[in-house]
Amino acid sequence: MSIHQRTKSLASRGDELADTFFQLQVLNGKERVDIKFPSFASKAAEAGHAPLLPSRIEIFQVNIGKLCNQTCSHCHVDAGPDKKVENMDRNALEKCLEILSAYDIPTVDITGGAPEMNPHFKWFVEECRKLGKTVIDRCNLTIIRSNPKYHSLPEWFAENQVQIVSSLPYFSKTRTDAQRGDGVFEDSIEALRRLNAVGYGREGSGLLLDLVYNPSGAFLPGAQAGLEKEFKSQLKRKYDIDFNRLFAITNMPISRFLEYLLESDNYEDYMTQLVNAFNPATVASVMCRNTISVSWDGYLYDCDFNQMLDLKVSTSESNHISNFDYKLLSDRNIVLNQHCYGCTAGAGSSCGGEVA
Amino acid sequence: MSKEKTYFEPADLANFGNITEWQGPMGKKFFDYYNEVMKEGALTAREKALIALAVSHAMQCPYCIDAYTSGCLQAGADEEQMMEAVHVAATMKAGITLVYSTQMMKHAKKMTM
Repeated sequence: MSIHQRTKSLASRGDELADTFFQLQVLNGKERVDIKFPSFASKAAEAGHAPLLPSRIEIFQVNIGKLCNQTCSHCHVDAGPDKKVENMDRNALEKCLEILSAYDIPTVDITGGAPEMNPHFKWFVEECRKLGKTVIDRCNLTIIRSNPKYHSLPEWFAENQVQIVSSLPYFSKTRTDAQRGDGVFEDSIEALRRLNAVGYGREGSGLLLDLVYNPSGAFLPGAQAGLEKEFKSQLKRKYDIDFNRLFAITNMPISRFLEYLLESDNYEDYMTQLVNAFNPATVASVMCRNTISVSWDGYLYDCDFNQMLDLKVSTSESNHISNFDYKLLSDRNIVLNQHCYGCTAGAGSSCGGEVA
Repeated sequence: MSKEKTYFEPADLANFGNITEWQGPMGKKFFDYYNEVMKEGALTAREKALIALAVSHAMQCPYCIDAYTSGCLQAGADEEQMMEAVHVAATMKAGITLVYSTQMMKHAKKMTM
Protein backbone atom coordinates (compact mmCIF):
# COMPACT_ATOMS: atom_id res chain seq x y z
CA MET A 1 0.00 0.00 0.00
CA SER A 2 1.22 3.44 -0.79
CA ILE A 3 0.05 5.16 2.39
CA HIS A 4 2.54 4.64 5.17
CA GLN A 5 1.28 4.40 8.68
CA ARG A 6 2.63 6.93 11.11
CA THR A 7 3.20 6.19 14.72
CA LYS A 8 3.47 9.81 15.81
CA SER A 9 1.91 13.12 14.92
CA LEU A 10 3.67 15.67 12.70
CA ALA A 11 3.98 17.88 15.78
CA SER A 12 5.77 15.30 17.89
CA ARG A 13 8.09 14.48 14.98
CA GLY A 14 8.97 18.16 14.70
CA ASP A 15 7.97 18.12 11.02
CA GLU A 16 7.75 21.57 9.45
CA LEU A 17 4.27 20.68 8.15
CA ALA A 18 3.06 20.85 11.76
CA ASP A 19 3.34 24.62 11.27
CA THR A 20 0.01 25.73 9.79
CA PHE A 21 1.58 28.77 8.11
CA PHE A 22 4.05 26.47 6.36
CA GLN A 23 1.14 24.34 5.08
CA LEU A 24 -0.53 27.44 3.65
CA GLN A 25 2.73 28.39 1.97
CA VAL A 26 2.82 24.95 0.32
CA LEU A 27 -0.80 25.28 -0.80
CA ASN A 28 0.03 28.63 -2.34
CA GLY A 29 3.12 27.36 -4.17
CA LYS A 30 5.65 29.17 -1.98
CA GLU A 31 7.24 26.21 -0.19
CA ARG A 32 8.22 22.67 -1.21
CA VAL A 33 6.47 22.88 -4.60
CA ASP A 34 6.76 25.26 -7.47
CA ILE A 35 3.22 25.19 -8.75
CA LYS A 36 0.41 27.68 -8.39
CA PHE A 37 -3.25 27.04 -9.01
CA PRO A 38 -5.96 29.64 -9.65
CA SER A 39 -7.08 31.13 -6.35
CA PHE A 40 -10.11 29.43 -4.87
CA ALA A 41 -11.57 32.81 -3.92
CA SER A 42 -11.56 33.83 -7.60
CA LYS A 43 -13.32 30.59 -8.56
CA ALA A 44 -15.94 31.15 -5.84
CA ALA A 45 -16.37 34.71 -7.10
CA GLU A 46 -16.95 33.44 -10.65
CA ALA A 47 -19.64 31.19 -9.18
CA GLY A 48 -21.32 34.25 -7.69
CA HIS A 49 -19.94 34.05 -4.16
CA ALA A 50 -17.74 37.08 -3.59
CA PRO A 51 -17.47 37.03 -0.66
CA LEU A 52 -18.76 33.65 0.47
CA LEU A 53 -21.38 34.32 3.14
CA PRO A 54 -22.96 32.09 5.77
CA SER A 55 -26.58 31.00 5.54
CA ARG A 56 -27.77 30.15 9.08
CA ILE A 57 -25.77 28.53 11.86
CA GLU A 58 -27.32 25.08 12.10
CA ILE A 59 -24.33 23.05 13.25
CA PHE A 60 -22.12 23.79 16.24
CA GLN A 61 -19.13 21.57 15.60
CA VAL A 62 -16.87 21.10 18.60
CA ASN A 63 -13.43 19.64 18.13
CA ILE A 64 -13.22 18.44 21.69
CA GLY A 65 -9.56 17.45 21.47
CA LYS A 66 -6.78 15.97 19.40
CA LEU A 67 -6.14 12.95 21.62
CA CYS A 68 -6.80 9.75 19.67
CA ASN A 69 -6.02 6.04 19.94
CA GLN A 70 -5.19 5.98 16.21
CA THR A 71 -2.67 7.82 14.05
CA CYS A 72 -4.29 7.69 10.62
CA SER A 73 -2.18 8.54 7.58
CA HIS A 74 -4.67 11.04 6.19
CA CYS A 75 -5.64 12.78 9.46
CA HIS A 76 -6.29 16.49 8.88
CA VAL A 77 -6.22 17.10 12.63
CA ASP A 78 -2.75 15.61 13.19
CA ALA A 79 -4.40 13.71 16.05
CA GLY A 80 -2.84 10.82 17.92
CA PRO A 81 -2.04 9.22 21.27
CA ASP A 82 0.67 11.81 21.90
CA LYS A 83 -1.77 14.75 21.78
CA LYS A 84 -2.40 14.97 25.50
CA VAL A 85 -2.53 18.77 25.88
CA GLU A 86 -4.84 19.99 23.13
CA ASN A 87 -8.08 18.83 24.73
CA MET A 88 -11.07 20.91 25.78
CA ASP A 89 -11.51 21.54 29.50
CA ARG A 90 -14.71 21.65 31.51
CA ASN A 91 -14.86 25.46 31.60
CA ALA A 92 -14.73 25.72 27.81
CA LEU A 93 -17.42 23.05 27.46
CA GLU A 94 -19.63 24.90 29.96
CA LYS A 95 -19.21 28.03 27.86
CA CYS A 96 -20.26 26.03 24.77
CA LEU A 97 -23.38 24.90 26.63
CA GLU A 98 -24.21 28.53 27.50
CA ILE A 99 -24.03 29.42 23.80
CA LEU A 100 -26.09 26.37 22.83
CA SER A 101 -28.79 27.22 25.38
CA ALA A 102 -28.92 30.84 24.21
CA TYR A 103 -29.31 30.22 20.48
CA ASP A 104 -31.41 28.06 18.23
CA ILE A 105 -28.58 25.96 16.83
CA PRO A 106 -30.16 22.52 16.41
CA THR A 107 -27.14 20.23 15.97
CA VAL A 108 -24.01 19.66 18.04
CA ASP A 109 -21.38 17.78 16.03
CA ILE A 110 -18.61 16.45 18.28
CA THR A 111 -15.34 15.52 16.67
CA GLY A 112 -11.70 15.00 17.57
CA GLY A 113 -9.32 13.04 17.87
CA ALA A 114 -11.38 10.37 19.51
CA PRO A 115 -13.99 12.54 21.27
CA GLU A 116 -14.79 9.79 23.78
CA MET A 117 -11.29 10.12 25.27
CA ASN A 118 -12.07 13.57 26.61
CA PRO A 119 -12.97 13.01 30.31
CA HIS A 120 -15.93 15.41 30.02
CA PHE A 121 -17.37 13.84 26.86
CA LYS A 122 -20.30 11.94 28.40
CA TRP A 123 -21.31 14.82 30.62
CA PHE A 124 -21.20 17.25 27.69
CA VAL A 125 -23.30 14.98 25.48
CA GLU A 126 -25.89 14.50 28.22
CA GLU A 127 -26.12 18.26 28.78
CA CYS A 128 -26.54 18.87 25.04
CA ARG A 129 -29.31 16.29 24.93
CA LYS A 130 -31.04 18.00 27.90
CA LEU A 131 -31.06 21.16 25.76
CA GLY A 132 -32.88 19.17 23.07
CA LYS A 133 -29.98 19.26 20.64
CA THR A 134 -29.31 16.59 18.02
CA VAL A 135 -25.89 15.21 18.96
CA ILE A 136 -23.52 13.66 16.43
CA ASP A 137 -20.43 11.80 17.65
CA ARG A 138 -17.68 11.27 15.06
CA CYS A 139 -16.54 7.95 16.47
CA ASN A 140 -13.50 6.16 15.08
CA LEU A 141 -15.08 2.77 16.06
CA THR A 142 -11.89 1.22 17.45
CA ILE A 143 -12.18 3.32 20.62
CA ILE A 144 -15.09 1.07 21.62
CA ARG A 145 -12.70 -1.89 21.65
CA SER A 146 -9.60 -0.10 22.91
CA ASN A 147 -10.16 -0.21 26.67
CA PRO A 148 -12.77 -1.81 28.96
CA LYS A 149 -13.95 1.61 30.09
CA TYR A 150 -15.25 2.22 26.55
CA HIS A 151 -16.85 -1.20 26.01
CA SER A 152 -20.29 0.00 27.09
CA LEU A 153 -20.31 3.03 24.78
CA PRO A 154 -22.81 1.47 22.33
CA GLU A 155 -25.46 1.09 25.07
CA TRP A 156 -24.74 4.59 26.37
CA PHE A 157 -24.92 6.06 22.85
CA ALA A 158 -28.31 4.38 22.38
CA GLU A 159 -29.66 5.62 25.74
CA ASN A 160 -28.71 9.16 24.76
CA GLN A 161 -29.89 8.83 21.14
CA VAL A 162 -26.49 9.97 19.88
CA GLN A 163 -26.08 9.83 16.10
CA ILE A 164 -22.90 7.98 15.21
CA VAL A 165 -20.76 8.90 12.21
CA SER A 166 -17.81 6.57 11.75
CA SER A 167 -14.94 6.29 9.32
CA LEU A 168 -14.53 3.09 7.39
CA PRO A 169 -12.46 3.78 4.28
CA TYR A 170 -13.18 0.43 2.72
CA PHE A 171 -14.87 -2.92 3.28
CA SER A 172 -11.56 -4.73 3.19
CA LYS A 173 -8.68 -5.02 5.62
CA THR A 174 -5.84 -3.98 3.33
CA ARG A 175 -7.29 -0.65 2.25
CA THR A 176 -8.59 0.19 5.74
CA ASP A 177 -5.43 -0.72 7.62
CA ALA A 178 -3.24 1.11 5.10
CA GLN A 179 -5.01 4.34 5.97
CA ARG A 180 -5.85 3.87 9.63
CA GLY A 181 -3.33 1.43 11.08
CA ASP A 182 -2.73 -2.29 11.40
CA GLY A 183 -5.63 -4.11 13.05
CA VAL A 184 -8.08 -1.22 12.62
CA PHE A 185 -10.31 -3.13 10.21
CA GLU A 186 -11.02 -6.07 12.53
CA ASP A 187 -11.65 -3.78 15.49
CA SER A 188 -13.91 -1.56 13.40
CA ILE A 189 -15.97 -4.55 12.24
CA GLU A 190 -16.33 -5.77 15.82
CA ALA A 191 -17.36 -2.28 16.96
CA LEU A 192 -19.93 -2.07 14.16
CA ARG A 193 -21.34 -5.42 15.26
CA ARG A 194 -21.72 -4.10 18.81
CA LEU A 195 -23.42 -0.95 17.56
CA ASN A 196 -25.76 -3.08 15.43
CA ALA A 197 -26.46 -5.27 18.46
CA VAL A 198 -27.96 -2.34 20.38
CA GLY A 199 -29.97 -1.29 17.33
CA TYR A 200 -27.70 1.18 15.53
CA GLY A 201 -28.15 1.03 11.77
CA ARG A 202 -30.99 -1.49 12.09
CA GLU A 203 -34.26 -0.63 10.40
CA GLY A 204 -36.89 0.87 12.67
CA SER A 205 -34.58 1.47 15.64
CA GLY A 206 -34.31 5.21 15.10
CA LEU A 207 -30.61 4.92 15.96
CA LEU A 208 -28.53 6.39 13.15
CA LEU A 209 -25.21 4.88 12.18
CA ASP A 210 -23.56 6.56 9.21
CA LEU A 211 -20.22 5.63 7.70
CA VAL A 212 -17.62 7.90 6.19
CA TYR A 213 -15.68 6.85 3.12
CA ASN A 214 -12.36 8.65 2.53
CA PRO A 215 -10.28 7.45 -0.41
CA SER A 216 -7.16 5.60 0.73
CA GLY A 217 -4.86 7.48 -1.58
CA ALA A 218 -4.47 10.36 -3.99
CA PHE A 219 -7.79 10.03 -5.77
CA LEU A 220 -11.23 11.55 -5.40
CA PRO A 221 -14.25 9.66 -4.09
CA GLY A 222 -16.64 8.30 -6.69
CA ALA A 223 -20.38 8.85 -6.67
CA GLN A 224 -21.71 8.49 -3.14
CA ALA A 225 -24.86 6.56 -4.06
CA GLY A 226 -22.92 3.85 -5.88
CA LEU A 227 -20.36 3.52 -3.10
CA GLU A 228 -23.12 3.32 -0.48
CA LYS A 229 -24.82 0.52 -2.40
CA GLU A 230 -21.54 -1.39 -2.69
CA PHE A 231 -20.62 -0.89 1.00
CA LYS A 232 -24.10 -1.97 2.11
CA SER A 233 -24.05 -5.09 0.02
CA GLN A 234 -20.47 -6.11 0.91
CA LEU A 235 -20.74 -5.39 4.67
CA LYS A 236 -24.04 -7.27 4.84
CA ARG A 237 -22.76 -10.24 2.85
CA LYS A 238 -19.41 -10.57 4.58
CA TYR A 239 -20.18 -9.48 8.15
CA ASP A 240 -23.98 -9.07 8.51
CA ILE A 241 -23.45 -5.39 9.28
CA ASP A 242 -26.08 -2.72 8.65
CA PHE A 243 -25.68 1.03 8.52
CA ASN A 244 -27.80 3.96 7.41
CA ARG A 245 -25.92 6.26 5.06
CA LEU A 246 -22.45 6.44 3.54
CA PHE A 247 -20.85 9.88 3.33
CA ALA A 248 -18.17 10.13 0.64
CA ILE A 249 -15.68 12.73 1.84
CA THR A 250 -12.77 14.11 -0.17
CA ASN A 251 -9.41 14.16 1.59
CA MET A 252 -8.26 17.72 2.18
CA PRO A 253 -4.71 18.51 1.07
CA ILE A 254 -3.66 19.55 4.58
CA SER A 255 -1.77 18.15 7.56
CA ARG A 256 -0.85 14.44 7.33
CA PHE A 257 -2.63 13.94 4.01
CA LEU A 258 -0.61 16.84 2.63
CA GLU A 259 2.50 15.12 3.95
CA TYR A 260 1.49 11.92 2.14
CA LEU A 261 0.83 13.82 -1.11
CA LEU A 262 4.23 15.50 -0.97
CA GLU A 263 6.16 12.37 0.03
CA SER A 264 4.51 10.21 -2.62
CA ASP A 265 4.94 12.84 -5.35
CA ASN A 266 1.18 13.04 -5.81
CA TYR A 267 0.65 16.66 -4.69
CA GLU A 268 0.55 18.27 -8.13
CA ASP A 269 -1.68 15.59 -9.68
CA TYR A 270 -4.05 15.61 -6.70
CA MET A 271 -4.41 19.39 -6.62
CA THR A 272 -4.89 19.37 -10.40
CA GLN A 273 -7.69 16.83 -9.98
CA LEU A 274 -9.33 19.01 -7.30
CA VAL A 275 -9.02 22.21 -9.33
CA ASN A 276 -10.18 20.61 -12.59
CA ALA A 277 -13.15 19.05 -10.80
CA PHE A 278 -14.27 22.41 -9.34
CA ASN A 279 -18.06 22.42 -9.54
CA PRO A 280 -19.61 25.90 -9.19
CA ALA A 281 -22.93 24.29 -8.21
CA THR A 282 -21.42 23.02 -4.95
CA VAL A 283 -20.39 26.43 -3.57
CA ALA A 284 -23.87 27.35 -2.33
CA SER A 285 -24.01 24.17 -0.23
CA VAL A 286 -20.55 23.98 1.35
CA MET A 287 -20.67 23.18 5.06
CA CYS A 288 -18.96 26.37 6.27
CA ARG A 289 -22.14 28.24 5.34
CA ASN A 290 -24.19 26.58 8.10
CA THR A 291 -21.48 25.56 10.57
CA ILE A 292 -19.39 27.12 13.30
CA SER A 293 -16.36 25.11 14.30
CA VAL A 294 -14.93 25.40 17.81
CA SER A 295 -11.40 24.37 18.73
CA TRP A 296 -10.25 22.73 21.98
CA ASP A 297 -9.12 26.17 23.23
CA GLY A 298 -12.41 27.84 22.35
CA TYR A 299 -11.56 29.69 19.14
CA LEU A 300 -14.11 29.88 16.34
CA TYR A 301 -13.58 28.84 12.73
CA ASP A 302 -15.65 28.48 9.57
CA CYS A 303 -14.96 24.73 9.45
CA ASP A 304 -12.77 22.01 10.95
CA PHE A 305 -10.28 22.35 8.07
CA ASN A 306 -9.84 26.09 8.59
CA GLN A 307 -9.41 25.24 12.26
CA MET A 308 -6.52 22.92 11.47
CA LEU A 309 -4.89 25.63 9.36
CA ASP A 310 -5.48 28.14 12.16
CA LEU A 311 -7.62 30.34 9.89
CA LYS A 312 -9.95 31.85 12.47
CA VAL A 313 -13.29 33.43 11.57
CA SER A 314 -12.92 36.89 10.06
CA THR A 315 -14.83 38.57 12.88
CA SER A 316 -12.03 39.44 15.31
CA GLU A 317 -14.57 40.87 17.79
CA SER A 318 -16.25 37.46 17.89
CA ASN A 319 -13.67 34.76 17.32
CA HIS A 320 -13.84 32.85 20.61
CA ILE A 321 -16.53 31.22 22.74
CA SER A 322 -15.89 33.95 25.33
CA ASN A 323 -17.02 36.68 22.88
CA PHE A 324 -19.51 34.65 20.78
CA ASP A 325 -21.79 37.07 18.97
CA TYR A 326 -24.41 35.32 16.85
CA LYS A 327 -25.27 38.44 14.87
CA LEU A 328 -21.66 39.28 13.98
CA LEU A 329 -20.95 35.68 13.04
CA SER A 330 -24.04 35.53 10.86
CA ASP A 331 -22.76 38.53 8.92
CA ARG A 332 -19.15 37.37 8.56
CA ASN A 333 -17.23 36.69 5.38
CA ILE A 334 -16.06 33.07 5.24
CA VAL A 335 -12.27 32.68 5.10
CA LEU A 336 -11.13 30.89 1.94
CA ASN A 337 -7.85 29.38 0.84
CA GLN A 338 -6.59 26.81 -1.65
CA HIS A 339 -7.65 23.76 0.41
CA CYS A 340 -11.28 24.83 -0.16
CA TYR A 341 -11.08 23.14 -3.58
CA GLY A 342 -11.47 19.91 -1.58
CA CYS A 343 -15.08 20.79 -0.71
CA THR A 344 -16.13 21.79 -4.23
CA ALA A 345 -14.68 19.01 -6.38
CA GLY A 346 -17.16 16.91 -8.33
CA ALA A 347 -20.31 16.44 -6.29
CA GLY A 348 -18.69 18.38 -3.44
CA SER A 349 -17.75 17.23 0.02
CA SER A 350 -18.78 18.03 3.57
CA CYS A 351 -18.98 16.33 6.95
CA GLY A 352 -22.25 14.93 5.60
CA GLY A 353 -20.76 13.77 2.30
CA GLU A 354 -21.74 15.05 -1.14
CA VAL A 355 -23.41 18.44 -1.37
CA ALA A 356 -24.58 18.63 -5.01
CA MET B 1 19.27 19.64 -20.31
CA SER B 2 16.48 19.10 -22.81
CA LYS B 3 13.40 17.23 -21.71
CA GLU B 4 13.45 13.61 -22.80
CA LYS B 5 10.97 13.03 -25.62
CA THR B 6 8.62 10.08 -25.58
CA TYR B 7 5.70 9.07 -27.74
CA PHE B 8 3.37 9.01 -24.74
CA GLU B 9 3.34 12.08 -22.50
CA PRO B 10 1.01 11.65 -19.50
CA ALA B 11 0.14 15.36 -19.70
CA ASP B 12 -1.25 14.85 -23.22
CA LEU B 13 -4.27 13.03 -21.81
CA ALA B 14 -5.56 16.33 -20.45
CA ASN B 15 -5.60 17.62 -24.07
CA PHE B 16 -7.80 14.81 -25.35
CA GLY B 17 -10.79 17.16 -25.48
CA ASN B 18 -8.91 19.37 -27.92
CA ILE B 19 -9.40 16.89 -30.77
CA THR B 20 -12.62 18.81 -31.48
CA GLU B 21 -10.50 21.79 -32.59
CA TRP B 22 -9.75 20.10 -35.93
CA GLN B 23 -13.04 18.27 -36.42
CA GLY B 24 -15.76 19.65 -34.16
CA PRO B 25 -18.94 17.73 -35.02
CA MET B 26 -17.31 14.29 -35.11
CA GLY B 27 -15.32 14.91 -31.93
CA LYS B 28 -18.41 16.17 -30.14
CA LYS B 29 -20.41 13.14 -31.23
CA PHE B 30 -17.68 10.90 -29.87
CA PHE B 31 -17.56 12.64 -26.48
CA ASP B 32 -21.35 12.71 -26.18
CA TYR B 33 -21.42 9.00 -26.95
CA TYR B 34 -18.58 8.32 -24.51
CA ASN B 35 -20.27 10.27 -21.72
CA GLU B 36 -23.58 8.53 -22.32
CA VAL B 37 -21.99 5.07 -22.29
CA MET B 38 -19.96 5.66 -19.12
CA LYS B 39 -22.96 6.87 -17.09
CA GLU B 40 -24.33 4.61 -14.36
CA GLY B 41 -26.88 2.39 -16.11
CA ALA B 42 -27.69 -1.30 -16.13
CA LEU B 43 -24.01 -1.66 -15.19
CA THR B 44 -22.62 0.30 -12.26
CA ALA B 45 -19.93 2.94 -12.69
CA ARG B 46 -17.51 0.54 -10.97
CA GLU B 47 -18.32 -2.32 -13.37
CA LYS B 48 -17.88 -0.04 -16.37
CA ALA B 49 -14.56 1.26 -15.02
CA LEU B 50 -13.33 -2.33 -14.56
CA ILE B 51 -14.32 -3.23 -18.13
CA ALA B 52 -12.54 -0.11 -19.39
CA LEU B 53 -9.46 -1.02 -17.35
CA ALA B 54 -9.39 -4.50 -18.91
CA VAL B 55 -9.77 -3.08 -22.41
CA SER B 56 -7.03 -0.52 -21.68
CA HIS B 57 -4.64 -3.37 -20.98
CA ALA B 58 -5.76 -5.45 -23.94
CA MET B 59 -5.27 -2.44 -26.22
CA GLN B 60 -2.09 -1.46 -24.35
CA CYS B 61 -3.03 2.19 -24.06
CA PRO B 62 -0.94 3.95 -21.39
CA TYR B 63 -3.32 6.93 -21.23
CA CYS B 64 -6.28 4.64 -20.64
CA ILE B 65 -4.42 2.57 -18.05
CA ASP B 66 -3.71 5.71 -15.98
CA ALA B 67 -7.21 7.07 -16.48
CA TYR B 68 -9.02 3.85 -15.59
CA THR B 69 -6.77 2.92 -12.70
CA SER B 70 -7.84 6.25 -11.19
CA GLY B 71 -11.39 5.65 -12.38
CA CYS B 72 -11.58 2.21 -10.76
CA LEU B 73 -10.18 3.47 -7.45
CA GLN B 74 -12.58 6.38 -7.51
CA ALA B 75 -15.52 4.13 -8.22
CA GLY B 76 -14.65 1.97 -5.22
CA ALA B 77 -12.96 -1.01 -6.88
CA ASP B 78 -10.19 -2.68 -4.92
CA GLU B 79 -6.81 -3.96 -6.08
CA GLU B 80 -7.99 -7.58 -6.28
CA GLN B 81 -10.93 -6.67 -8.53
CA MET B 82 -8.67 -4.54 -10.73
CA MET B 83 -6.11 -7.32 -11.15
CA GLU B 84 -8.87 -9.83 -11.90
CA ALA B 85 -10.15 -7.51 -14.62
CA VAL B 86 -6.67 -7.46 -16.18
CA HIS B 87 -6.57 -11.25 -15.99
CA VAL B 88 -9.86 -11.37 -17.88
CA ALA B 89 -8.25 -9.24 -20.60
CA ALA B 90 -5.13 -11.42 -20.56
CA THR B 91 -7.04 -14.69 -20.76
CA MET B 92 -9.17 -13.34 -23.59
CA LYS B 93 -6.03 -12.38 -25.52
CA ALA B 94 -4.52 -15.78 -24.82
CA GLY B 95 -7.71 -17.51 -25.86
CA ILE B 96 -8.02 -15.41 -28.99
CA THR B 97 -4.47 -16.42 -29.94
CA LEU B 98 -5.02 -20.08 -29.12
CA VAL B 99 -8.34 -20.39 -30.88
CA TYR B 100 -6.55 -19.59 -34.16
CA SER B 101 -4.65 -22.83 -33.65
CA THR B 102 -7.75 -24.67 -34.80
CA GLN B 103 -7.08 -23.16 -38.22
CA MET B 104 -3.45 -24.24 -37.96
CA MET B 105 -4.45 -27.76 -36.91
CA LYS B 106 -7.05 -28.05 -39.65
CA HIS B 107 -4.61 -26.86 -42.29
CA ALA B 108 -1.78 -29.05 -41.01
CA LYS B 109 -4.05 -32.13 -40.90
CA LYS B 110 -5.15 -31.47 -44.48
CA MET B 111 -1.54 -31.29 -45.63
CA THR B 112 -0.16 -34.27 -43.77
CA MET B 113 -0.73 -38.01 -43.97
